[in-house]
Amino acid sequence: MSGYISIRNLQKFYGHYHALRGIDLEIARGEVVCVVGPSGSGKSTLIRCINRLEDFSSDSAIHVDGVPVLPGSSLAKVRAEVGMVFQSFNLFPHLTVRENIMLAPRRVRGTTKAAAAAQADQLLARVGLESQAEKYPSGLSGGQQQRVAIARALAMEPQVLLFDEPTSALDPEMVGEVLDVMRDLAQTGVTMVVVTHEMGFARQVADRVIFMDGGEVIEAAPPSEFFSAPREPRTRNFLHAVLDH
Amino acid sequence: MDLFETFFNFEVLARSFPMLLKGLWLTLQLGAASILAGLVLGLALCMMRLYSVRPVQILTRIYIDVFRSIPLLVLLIIVYYALPFVGVRLSPFASAMTALTMVSGAYTAEIFRSGIEAIPKGQFEAAAALGLGHRQTMVDVILPQSIRMVIPPLTNNSINVVKDTALASVVAMPDLLKQATQAQALAANPSPLIGAAAIYLAFLLPLVLLVSRLERRLNRGKA
Repeated sequence: MSGYISIRNLQKFYGHYHALRGIDLEIARGEVVCVVGPSGSGKSTLIRCINRLEDFSSDSAIHVDGVPVLPGSSLAKVRAEVGMVFQSFNLFPHLTVRENIMLAPRRVRGTTKAAAAAQADQLLARVGLESQAEKYPSGLSGGQQQRVAIARALAMEPQVLLFDEPTSALDPEMVGEVLDVMRDLAQTGVTMVVVTHEMGFARQVADRVIFMDGGEVIEAAPPSEFFSAPREPRTRNFLHAVLDH
Repeated sequence: MDLFETFFNFEVLARSFPMLLKGLWLTLQLGAASILAGLVLGLALCMMRLYSVRPVQILTRIYIDVFRSIPLLVLLIIVYYALPFVGVRLSPFASAMTALTMVSGAYTAEIFRSGIEAIPKGQFEAAAALGLGHRQTMVDVILPQSIRMVIPPLTNNSINVVKDTALASVVAMPDLLKQATQAQALAANPSPLIGAAAIYLAFLLPLVLLVSRLERRLNRGKA
């Protein structure tokens, strides 16, 4: 059976460097998948291929809800359904928090200004930032900025949310507030693919944990199995390195 | 005749003042028209240089490099004195505006390019991930940020364009400098030239100071 997100033989080269070596992955609708692995293992590249921020070889195929992720008009359709949250937030610094959230619904969906503003305020309340709507991103803490970025992605009412190390750029005391928002999101039935180093989050929230190394998926298992009985030696080494210190 | 009477002869200055004002008006018209046309041309060139197919990119690059290298006076003389040989006869104003615009456009294109390339890649990616198209990304996300950065160099370029309008006097355009030289010849006294210099300064010195202030403010925002 093919999944909601279907990845077949995903190959990615940076020049001669073989970054992704034939990934096959099916992700079900509503599934929460955490992708873990050492840096340089290709996990960020993998999720950046799902909305084609990275190009990939033409013999690879990714489908989201049956739509092929190819350059052209279908790509806009995929991107409207797939939200993304970045490590470095990437908020638009010249727009207020509310305007950041309103931009895509206004420009891509043609939502009216009033409706987009109302929706933005609703989303800000949902991430606990209703009082910050008029501020500019530079006036917010990292954790607040990342929560705005999540609200901005949610404004397009995406079916899929991609998180690319969403807490890696945060001061430690702000990691929790972002993970809390993500934990709430996981309950809503949205499909989530999360690249993360937060093993606690993966253990509690993921339906499935995927371990990548050297551009390949080494192991994929529900967190109960993944953390207590990893099958592959490379997975065991990685878990030993990140958990036992 | 003492120095004061030679260079700061008020009687001569007062008599030539209406001529200088007429010239100033033309200088300002030429400057403003060339700056505006140069901005439009520069933005178009910049977009072609960055986002078009390869052959167009290369041609645009050649254009930009050539017109940044050629002395404006040479270009102006070619436009005014050489083009008539192939049947293109432009008025002094049109010749000067063409030459100024072609050069200003080349510089402006490079200024815009530096402004766009200074925007972090993450801004393009965030816009793309939200489903914004290329045009929307440029108009709503990238250019508003770039423009803040390029205001000081653009103002500098505008100052250069206004100064370079003085070259139009070579093709018999009665701009501020040309009026001043004529008044000087008429009165056999160089005071009108000093008057013209004072008028140029009165317009351009505040702009120069403004650029310094803008640059300081932008740098403060960075820290």
